[in-house]
Amino acid sequence: MLSFILRRLSVQIPTFLGLTLLTFTLIRLIPGDPIEVMVGERTLDPQMHAEAMHRLGLDKPLYQQYFDYLSNLLHGDLGLSLVTKESVWSEFTTLFPATLELAIAAMLFASVFGLLAGVIAAIRRGSVFDHGVMGISLTGFSMPIFWWGLILIMFFSVQLGWTPVSGRLDLAYDVQPVTGFMLIDTWLAEAADPELNAGAFRDALMHLILPAVVLGTIPLAVIARMTRSSMLEVLREDYVRTARAKGLSPARVIFIHTLRNALIPVLTVMGLQIGTLMGGAVLTETIFSWPGIGKWLIDAIARRDYPVVQNGILIVATLVIVTNFVVDILYGIANPRIRHAK
Amino acid sequence: MSLLDIHNLSVHFGSEKHPFAAVDGLDLTVNQGEIVGIVGESGSGKSVTMMAMMGLLEGQGRILADRLDFDGKNLLTISGRERRRIVGKDIAMIFQDPMTSLNPSYTVGYQIREVLALHQGLRGAALNRRALELMEMVEIPAAKSRLEAYPHQLSGGMSQRVVIAMAIACNPKLLIADEPTTALDVTIQAQIMELLVNLQQSQNMALIMITHDLAVVAEVAHRVAVMYAGQVVETGPVEALFRHPAHPYTEALLASIPEHSKGAERLSTLPGIVPGHYDRPRGCLLSPRCPYVQEVCRADRPALLQHGATAARCHFPLVAKEA
Ligand SMILES: Nc1ncnc2c1ncn2[C@@H]1O[C@H](COP(=O)(O)OP(=O)(O)O)[C@@H](O)[C@H]1O
Ligand SMILES: [Mg+2]
Repeated sequence: MLSFILRRLSVQIPTFLGLTLLTFTLIRLIPGDPIEVMVGERTLDPQMHAEAMHRLGLDKPLYQQYFDYLSNLLHGDLGLSLVTKESVWSEFTTLFPATLELAIAAMLFASVFGLLAGVIAAIRRGSVFDHGVMGISLTGFSMPIFWWGLILIMFFSVQLGWTPVSGRLDLAYDVQPVTGFMLIDTWLAEAADPELNAGAFRDALMHLILPAVVLGTIPLAVIARMTRSSMLEVLREDYVRTARAKGLSPARVIFIHTLRNALIPVLTVMGLQIGTLMGGAVLTETIFSWPGIGKWLIDAIARRDYPVVQNGILIVATLVIVTNFVVDILYGIANPRIRHAK
Repeated sequence: MSLLDIHNLSVHFGSEKHPFAAVDGLDLTVNQGEIVGIVGESGSGKSVTMMAMMGLLEGQGRILADRLDFDGKNLLTISGRERRRIVGKDIAMIFQDPMTSLNPSYTVGYQIREVLALHQGLRGAALNRRALELMEMVEIPAAKSRLEAYPHQLSGGMSQRVVIAMAIACNPKLLIADEPTTALDVTIQAQIMELLVNLQQSQNMALIMITHDLAVVAEVAHRVAVMYAGQVVETGPVEALFRHPAHPYTEALLASIPEHSKGAERLSTLPGIVPGHYDRPRGCLLSPRCPYVQEVCRADRPALLQHGATAARCHFPLVAKEA
């Protein structure tokens, strides 16, 4: 098992290197530098510009900057934001729980409904439900997130007034961040002072629902389709017939003998969705003014805040890689044939 | 009363309008403790017949029958719940390919214990003891450690023994072995066949042995049913059927065993294949391939009638001709 983990981990080293090079290059390819962006429309004295660039170390040759960057990384130094002068890592840790909460909610939504829809569609193959799931998921899969988010806001927030439009919590509440997860923090706050914070948890939940649905839509569609096709494949297997021939109940045949095996490719797809989820979070957080990593990165790009962009993306990418890696291990656990492979 | 009594069973696939009768008016009886061999080319409906009886077609085929009784219960009209109390317990089935018949995600022990827990309510130590006992009954070496093995760690022969252990777990009254050795090495085939026959004797169960191997049938079966294109074309005691086949198809099958063609005038096996969906003849199903075909054979489908010691579906049974 240990060699399995090490083997899978070593594959990722070139990915990291390529990634540092990519973010380093791309952010510098965008016209304008941090000083120009900060100053904005006002004319800038070239002398002052050069001094400012020197202070930030941005006047060094590019290869020099890149190697400085790598060597800092190796020492575990993720640098400071050019704009706020805060450490990138501390900004990240402050904002990350918001994104994580959103991503977990989205994935929960996508997994529960995706698995359910996929399993039922497979069992009732060719039925109206099956065709419905396939049609809707095809639409969901190709849904432009921005447009979808706005449609939902228009309908549920503006027309029906059911959910708030933006943010994580109503301004009327003053909830101390303990875990960074708004659902938990509001719940704690309500427990501590039921009168002052009455309804805070419900409010946080209402704020979370729409963004989670928007972010979870594509994973939901992917999971539903994958579950269905994987279930259909496994249902044809001889061992499922064996299970039926044993006289096992339909529920046992489906959940113990079919779903367990059908889940293996679905799990992989779910893992791959983590990357898509991070991409989607950037858009979703922008639409809903959700104060998380996605919005942080977008703002940093706009300000040409090089260290935040480079290292923020690197952290996110590391997270995606680690999650995929965890999925790989789960995959090994779910599939004895892989676990026992030499 | 027979343990299994099938009369005029049909299984239709495809649309209502243009059905394909994979099983087409099949009659078959099996008595307590009897070994019945079923032979016939692939595609003749052997597996579909058994799956229909076990309720394994899962709405894929339409099942019609005048009688489909097992142990006094009508399998056509019982509920799914009642059927699941019989299937896996009183009727058990062994399939062709042992390597794909076991669930790759669970240990061998788990899959055996599952049947015991379901049908006999065994739990804890008694459950483990019985699972081990079954592994020993099917002569798996190092049975105790093999209980913890996953299917991919076993050879084909070992897997088939596990499948057999699962099938006999609840002392079934009827065991169906659907080409249980076709997917195995020749050396293993004889061992598995011997194991099945020994278990049949020691457990006193009825055994339906579906096989391509006529020599095996001749050796172990009490009665034989020869299937062709979804029908039993001839059935009778082994001795009589092998010595005096009444049906030209049986004759051709027997001629394909090397031992039988020795000395006697060499009969070539029938050219052609089992008729499929679109080329089912109106008359006798064998008429397009039959060397003795007459006008009436193409027009009328013969019934299964007694001719001497065996019953055959033929207008011109060979025994009558010889007599
Ligand atoms: N689920 C199914 N749908 C349609 N046709 C089927 C199905 N299962 C079997 N058949 C057809 O029924 C016929 C008999 O098949 P089978 O019983 O498997 O033959 P065998 O005697 O070799 O076991 C074949 O022509 C096969 O193609
Ligand atoms: Mg078959």
